[in-house]
Amino acid sequence: MTEPISEEEVAHVAHLARLRLSDQELEIFTRQLGAVLEHAKDVEALQLDGIEPMSHPFPLENVTREDEVGEMLEREKVLDQAPAAEDGRFQVPQILGEQP
Amino acid sequence: MSPSVPDSFVTAESISEKVKSGEWSAVEILDKYLSQIEQHESEVHAFNTVLEGEARAAARETDKRVASGETLGPLAGVPIAVKDNLCTKGIRTTASSRILENWKPPYDATVVQKLFSAGATLIGKTNMDEFAMGSSTENSAFGPTRNPHDLSCVPGGSSGGSAAAVAAGFAPISIGSDTGGSIRQPASLCGVVGVKPTYGGVSRYGLLAFASSLDQIGPFANTVRDAAIVHEVIGGHDPKDSTSISEPFPSFLDGLDHGVEGLKIGIISELMGGIEGISPEVIGKTREAASVLSANGALIEEVSIPASLYCLSSYYLIAPAEASSNLSRYDGVRYGLRVQGETLAEMNINTRTNGFGNEVKRRIMLGTYALSAGYYDAYYGKALKVRRLLAQNFDEVYSKFDVLLSPTSPCTAFKLGEKTSDPMTMYVNDVCTIPSNLVGHPAISVPFASGNDGMPIGVQILVPPMQEALMYRVASTLESAKSNEQ
Repeated sequence: MTEPISEEEVAHVAHLARLRLSDQELEIFTRQLGAVLEHAKDVEALQLDGIEPMSHPFPLENVTREDEVGEMLEREKVLDQAPAAEDGRFQVPQILGEQP
Repeated sequence: MSPSVPDSFVTAESISEKVKSGEWSAVEILDKYLSQIEQHESEVHAFNTVLEGEARAAARETDKRVASGETLGPLAGVPIAVKDNLCTKGIRTTASSRILENWKPPYDATVVQKLFSAGATLIGKTNMDEFAMGSSTENSAFGPTRNPHDLSCVPGGSSGGSAAAVAAGFAPISIGSDTGGSIRQPASLCGVVGVKPTYGGVSRYGLLAFASSLDQIGPFANTVRDAAIVHEVIGGHDPKDSTSISEPFPSFLDGLDHGVEGLKIGIISELMGGIEGISPEVIGKTREAASVLSANGALIEEVSIPASLYCLSSYYLIAPAEASSNLSRYDGVRYGLRVQGETLAEMNINTRTNGFGNEVKRRIMLGTYALSAGYYDAYYGKALKVRRLLAQNFDEVYSKFDVLLSPTSPCTAFKLGEKTSDPMTMYVNDVCTIPSNLVGHPAISVPFASGNDGMPIGVQILVPPMQEALMYRVASTLESAKSNEQ
């Protein structure tokens, strides 16, 4: 029987989700995610052609409002909760010149 | 634990009436609850933060307003505990995660604002599974909450702290959020009333998002009537939540005592033995509840919701998919924890790796996988189609029936650590509650019986969207039948 998900795939997904896993975690998560995906095989096996997917409980329509300035949060109070701020802005490590 | 809060303090309605008439002072009432917290919180751990000072100041203010002849709202002087994933201005809001351990939101959630406007006193922020991911409150970064009925058992989850707070007499009312059963399941395990409103019935503005197409905020209470009162306070349209429903809901209180004569009530057969893993004892008690409703004049029949067989699998694809997107905002830039790194990407990775617990990581990875190229159609796409089938099943059944009945939780409260070794064992706890979230319908858990282990068993009442008045009416009938019996 093929495993529902491989360690390589879990490592790739962790990378996409910006998470670092130790070798031991990789092994455990692979087993656990495999068990959940194994359970999901009942859904995977269903014949559901022609059924419209439903991404939301009720039909959603775009909600618009008048383009008027409303109540806003104070910049200082928002930045006060940031891990690092400088000159009234969020401060992050250098981005330009970073290797992709 | 013996509940030492006097019975007369148990309902929010009586507290509010007596505070408004001047018979009781809000400070005096608050002190009763604070002293209960002082005695038992170290054993139960329902709270992440107890707001003793803030609550006293608010209660004093309430008493002043009463004395000056002001007209106060329906929750005047009522102490309320709020789940720690609802924003409270200037008050730590952690979602029980290290990544938000010291975060103080710059604004109040709409629900919190409405509670304040109704005169309520915020007594504390309750413990939960991290980011509401779990069914036992064991996934909190700050340690588990325990069930007040038996401290060796879990309170359920993810709103376990809110359920335990009401059950332990720490507050007459609490607020939780329900994405797959996170209000109803702990309500059942703790022997209190818990409500998941119609999707869009209560504003989600200021709720830390888990799965946005499923999340709803709702109340816990000791009585059905109290839950309805609080629901009326927190419900209603909010321009700040574009999914909130703009049509007004009929009053939840008007027909509360009208009984169930002539109502057609269906018992969901898949949740009465059709799906494995639901305890015979719980099924038996749910049948007893049906007999009680039948004795009160309702017509009871078994009905089938065939797609409910696939709800668990579908939910554990859809909810993680949405979570993986929602939780990408915790990147160490704008709020919460930052763990430094040489580059932006490294900082993101260090922050998320250190800040999130294992269950959150599992769901983020599962969701990322379900949405990834090559698997999207097989997993997420299929799950969305099951959701459509489920909605069609419900429509069909509701064309013949007014109300549906099922167990809330497949079992009574289990021991701490009993189900933590493998995620699937824990996920099965949501099997009866998930269908309502997938279709956005309201449902309530009403305490109805006790198991052989002495632990509470709740039953679930489901109705079509916006039919909460009917839901509360049936729940109230069941509640009074139960108290007449005792």
